[in-house]
Order: sequence, then structure tokens, then C-alpha cells
Amino acid sequence: MIARMLTRVLLFLLLVFVYLSAYSQKYSLEKSSVSFFSGAPIENISAQNLKTSSLFNATSGEVVFSIPIREFKFGKSLMGEHFNEKYMESDRYPKAIFQGKFLNLDLDDKGEQNVRALGKLTMHGVTREIDVTGIVEISSNQILARANFFIRLKDYKIKIPQLLWNNISEEVKVTVEFTYKPI
Amino acid sequence: MRLIAFCFFLIPGICLSQEDLLKELQQSEVKEKEYVSSTFKGSRLINGQTIETRYKGELEFIFAHRFGPMNGGLYELYGLDQAYVRIGLEYGLSDRLGVGIGRNSVDKTVDGFLRYKALRQSKAGMPISLTAFGIMAVKTSPKDEDAGYDITFQDRTSYTAQLLIARKFTPALSLQLMPSYVHKNTVDQSIEDNDQIALGVGGRIKVSRSVALTTEYYYRFNVHDNNPYYNSIGFGVDIETGGHVFQIVITNSRGLTERAFITETTGEFFDGDIHLGFNVTRIFQLKRDQKE
Repeated sequence: MIARMLTRVLLFLLLVFVYLSAYSQKYSLEKSSVSFFSGAPIENISAQNLKTSSLFNATSGEVVFSIPIREFKFGKSLMGEHFNEKYMESDRYPKAIFQGKFLNLDLDDKGEQNVRALGKLTMHGVTREIDVTGIVEISSNQILARANFFIRLKDYKIKIPQLLWNNISEEVKVTVEFTYKPI
Repeated sequence: MRLIAFCFFLIPGICLSQEDLLKELQQSEVKEKEYVSSTFKGSRLINGQTIETRYKGELEFIFAHRFGPMNGGLYELYGLDQAYVRIGLEYGLSDRLGVGIGRNSVDKTVDGFLRYKALRQSKAGMPISLTAFGIMAVKTSPKDEDAGYDITFQDRTSYTAQLLIARKFTPALSLQLMPSYVHKNTVDQSIEDNDQIALGVGGRIKVSRSVALTTEYYYRFNVHDNNPYYNSIGFGVDIETGGHVFQIVITNSRGLTERAFITETTGEFFDGDIHLGFNVTRIFQLKRDQKE
């Protein structure tokens, strides 16, 4: 009898625990900026994207984001058209997607902290593991995350025509800034 | 009881996975209308126009050039001894409205034109893009005193209106129809009408990211039996590098205004009256894109 009750209590506790973790606090983006910069002898190329969407599960540390490639704005419209048409082939690969996890995030630590994000970045039809170090700032009603990292175009099979090679560098610097708010 | 508890245990376990977080994200995303871009690489297909307009604040400089006919033989260095040039500018007043001017050495023609992209092909929406194009061209040759009659500005002037209808079927294949109406104020009515109707068809196939093959043909409807002109036909290769588009073409037309190539093409393509030519465009961004 006691054993049976104990089992029930244990199961109940397990249930509560699991539910708590599943229906944990999630965050979505209030504001975002993904930009990249590519320095080259002839012309520096930079673009910014304000249309990223993202979800962050604070309890598990899991984070996903989706960047619509067409929303990168260059200042020069033709550059944007070539970016979509020739390099990113955004007709076929409309989005860049990251699925990963913050490794050492401490939600109780208000203020700035260094975190590592580990996960898969899918872009131009290629999925690769990436490991990004960034800064997360936690305040009572929002979470700020920002990071800089480099992407090698070759890794994602983004080919540069010979005629343009010195116009575009092999590596681009990506800067992301996300402001999350609880859902 | 245990079984039920176990099931409860499973459900949130599934919910926890990253795939699910991604799915949740994708469901929450709003679908924005996506317009199809880069139906053609340039504003010109071969001799005629494409549906493409310049973006707002862009200035396109176009240098187009046709050699003489290839059947001129070695004496004419297969046409290279002659050259017909059109120099032109086009400016994007908005992403849809463009205005341009040009001057063609054939008949020393000066032209001014407007184009407006009325419909834009979009994904899962509008199936075609439609651009209305209107051009006024003035022959400044011959000189008043050489005309042999009392020639007026009206006599020198002609107008062309076109509807350019295109669809990008795949990223590589785009096709275009060009119903065209040409009005010439003064013609030799024994061989042609003042008002002429033609239908153009054309297209491009991309063979690599920067290179495409193009073709264009204009069929004229109300042609007199003794009309000495031919329908305009052309084939080309587009090569794009950054802000430049190079178009290498062969065509039986030498004129580069609509009046000249739609209604006054002098060469018979299949008889060797083939002109080699180039269109070279350079785009300058005069105003930064405000969307940034």
C-alpha cells in the first residue's frame, strides 16, 4: 500500500517536473539585426537584415533562428539583386537557419556574460556545425544577445566568378544583435 | 495508471526537441509577398526592350553598337568597316518608372522614352510582369535643305508604344511577348502604312550564373506586298560582371530605335545580312537605396 502510494507520488513529481521543463519560458525577438561586411581592395560590401525571426527556450538554452535572405539590404539595389540571383540563389534557398544551444548560459546572472552557442547553420543548401562566442545581457524583461563571427563562402558552396574575385573577399564578417522578450 | 503516466511523460519529451522549436518558429512567420527579380539581365533583349526597369536612383549608361553586314566580304572586313552607334541614358525615378534619352547614328535619330512596370510577377501570385513602354524618336537626318521638300519636325517624328509581357518560368528561363504599335508621321504610303502593328517574341536561357543566351523576333502584321523591309531577328549572349552587362548580338537590324528595327530592318538574316553588335551597360547608383 505504502509502496503504491510512493510510486504515485513519484510519478506525480516526475510529471510536474517534465511539464515544467516542457512548458518553460520561451522568448521571441523584439528587434533584430543581422549584418555582414566583406572588405576587399576594390569595394567594401555590407548589408543589413532586420527581418530575422527567432525563438529561444530559456530553460533548455535551445535557440533557433531563421533569416530571410532576400531581406538583406545593401544600399545599392543592383548589388542586392546579384547577391540573391548569383551568390545565394535565394529562389532555391530562401532562408538561412540556425538551430543550436547556448552552452553556459546562467539565467540568474543579471548583466553581461560570455556565452557559447553551438549548433547547425544551414545556408545555400549546406548545413555546417558552427561554434560562436558572444555576449548575452539579461535584464528583468528582456535578453540581449550579440556576436561576431566569420563565415567562409567556400564552406557554404557560395562561388565567386573569376571576374569578380578581387571584388569580394573569401571570408565575410557577420554581426548579429538580437533583443528577446518573453512570449 | 502507470501506462497513462508514462504517456504523459512522453508528450512533453517530444515537445522539447529543437526540431519542434524550429517548427514553432516557422509557423509564426508571416509570409511576405515575394516579387520575382532578374527576369532579364539587362534593359535590352537584343535590339528591343525588356520588362526590366532600373531601381530608384539608378542611372544606366548604355552604349550599343552594330557593325555592317557580314556578307560585305573581306573588302568591308566582314562588316567591321561600318559602325552604327546608339548612346543612351536611363534613370529610375522609382523602382517601377524609368525615363531615358538616346541618340542613334542611324538616320541621326534622337529619342526619349518612358517605361512603367505596371505588373510584377510574384511567387504564388501574379503570373507575369508587364511593362508599358513609350518612345518618341526624331530623325535629324537629312538636313532641312537636303530633304528635297519642305520637311517639318512632324515629318521627322515617330512614336512607338509597346506592352512588354514577360514571365520568368524558372530561374534560368524567361520568355517575353511584345505587342507593338509604331506610328510614323510621314511615310511613303506606296510601300508602308503610317500605323504599323507588330508582335515581338523573345527569351533568355541562362547557361551559367553570369552568362545567358538570348533571342528576339518581331513579326509585322500589315505589310504591303512591295515593302522592302524584313522582320527583325536577333540572337545574343549576355555576360554580366558586377555593374556591367555585356551583350554580344547578331541581328539583321542596324537601327536601335523601335521605329528603325521593327519597321525598317533592311537586312535579310538568312541571306547573310547579319550585323555583329554589342550592347554595353554600366549602372551607377546615384542615390543610395532608402530601404537600408
